[in-house]
Amino acid sequence: MGLTGGDVLTTCVDFINTLAPCLVRAGWHGDIANLLSLLLGVVIVATVPLLTVILLIWIERKFAARIQDRIGPNRVGPYGLLQSLADALKMLTKEDITPTGADRVLFNLAPIITFATVVLIWAIIPFTPLHIGADLSIGILYFVAVGSIGAVKVMIGGWSSNNKYALLGAFRTIALIVSYEVPMILALLVPVLMAGSMGMQDLTHAQGGMWFIVMSPLAAIIFFIANLAETGRSPFDLLEAESELIAGYHIEYSGFKFGMFMAGEFMQVFTVAVLTAVLFLGGWWGPFVDQVPALGFIWLGLKTAVVYLFMLLIRNTVPRFRIDQVMNINWKFMVPLSIVLILLQSFLLRLVDVLGLRPAPELANDLLANLPQTLVLLAGNLVLGAIFLLLLQRHGRTLRKADEALAAVREPAPAGGMAEA
Amino acid sequence: MIELNAQTIAFAILSALILGGGLGVVTTRNLVHGALWLILSLLGVAGYFVLLSAPFLAAVQVLVYIGAIAILIVFAVMLTRSMTSLGEVRNRQWWISAITVVLLFLLLAVGIILPVWGRGAPGDVTTLSATVGGAVELGEALVAGDGFVLPFEVASILLTAAMIGAIVVARDEEDGQA
Repeated sequence: MGLTGGDVLTTCVDFINTLAPCLVRAGWHGDIANLLSLLLGVVIVATVPLLTVILLIWIERKFAARIQDRIGPNRVGPYGLLQSLADALKMLTKEDITPTGADRVLFNLAPIITFATVVLIWAIIPFTPLHIGADLSIGILYFVAVGSIGAVKVMIGGWSSNNKYALLGAFRTIALIVSYEVPMILALLVPVLMAGSMGMQDLTHAQGGMWFIVMSPLAAIIFFIANLAETGRSPFDLLEAESELIAGYHIEYSGFKFGMFMAGEFMQVFTVAVLTAVLFLGGWWGPFVDQVPALGFIWLGLKTAVVYLFMLLIRNTVPRFRIDQVMNINWKFMVPLSIVLILLQSFLLRLVDVLGLRPAPELANDLLANLPQTLVLLAGNLVLGAIFLLLLQRHGRTLRKADEALAAVREPAPAGGMAEA
Repeated sequence: MIELNAQTIAFAILSALILGGGLGVVTTRNLVHGALWLILSLLGVAGYFVLLSAPFLAAVQVLVYIGAIAILIVFAVMLTRSMTSLGEVRNRQWWISAITVVLLFLLLAVGIILPVWGRGAPGDVTTLSATVGGAVELGEALVAGDGFVLPFEVASILLTAAMIGAIVVARDEEDGQA
């Protein structure tokens, strides 16, 4: 929202983007008006996701309930809509316990960092062609950098609790977060390659003709899975594997501090859904968005809802992986795949250029003009995906054979206890 | 004289963050706290990069130094549990390190101040935005033939060698029979 003197003549119709010039015309001092409009922008960008989460918790609980053949919250308010508010009140009134021997300052700091890092990402989400907190030229890198602070909060929370299980949970979570950051960043490079920019608005504009999920479905899938792991939810919820670690790094937290961890997790899931929609599903692009930019908000919301519900579906239907399985999937499958994908994608983009299949700049937003290059990129992705799936199948077969061979050897052993060792 | 504007105030706050964080690193007796102070200090450096209109470097600073290196330090400290609560951290060599640090600081200060000494003429002032490029210029400079392609490749080889070394070190000895 960088406003200069040149904008003063604009009308006050577009309220959010022209608040400062409006105030200046009403006789305010320029600096104060600018500061006020910036502050308002920050408050709006930070508050909207916070308030949305309250509703999202209700949606998630209803969704999970339907999958598990229950009714879900239905007591507080119509359809149980106010259940989250009641829960929040309950958490506020609960006793706030700090364990003995805990590092008090750090113990209180961890929930705050948890929340702050998630809210910070919302600064770079382009809601419509006009409305974005800050259109940084390094948007994607900003997201990655802020996301990497997430490991710090886990560390602080787990260590300061003075609890073995919390520390063990923190180690596991960090291992998970740090590992899955690798394929996530590599997958993020693919949209950057295709758009030729790291800015979020540029990335969205580049999808005017064709969404990136069609041009590189593999990148979208890797990004989605890696983010699913980063949020630490089922099937990647090893950090709170109840039978092993009780509740992970935030086991000692109670009352509202626990509430902040929980809401932070919900918000992170929501944020990931928005980012997937922006990076791969065309962001605010949709019918009539050229005429009425504000419509972009609705299109983005719809796409986000689709991704979000898909994430809920996975969370509630896929069983938890073991830690070694999680690491194997990451290092032996997703990392190699994403590295090969980047090489392939840059080669294909070059090929498209050489063959002259790239649409002319004035036709960049035309679906038909984008079809040739889309087909080339899609075909490359599908071939690569097929090759990796075949390799996986072969690997799986070898593993199964080894298992069967082992079982055959063990079979004749007496049914005593010693054979197990 | 120094002008008092938003940038000067931001510079003062960031400097306080960096110096305060650094002071925290050397004075605290708890190693985990020391690592966290270090994170605060590094965050301030990232703020400097933003002030210098180099957002790319700022993001990389956060990503590499806080997201990777600081985490590694904290991880290492936490895994050596007996180290987290040392009563007596100071050893007898503290004065050697103090002298080394002071000398290093003087060396750096001289190296930075000497080249710009006496260039206070008003005509010498150049705006930062004219000299500092964005991520695109940086990327092109790194791979251009007349740019920094050689140092870039040397650094890549060094990092690759380090990675292979890490794998070799961490590898299980009895890996062959598995």
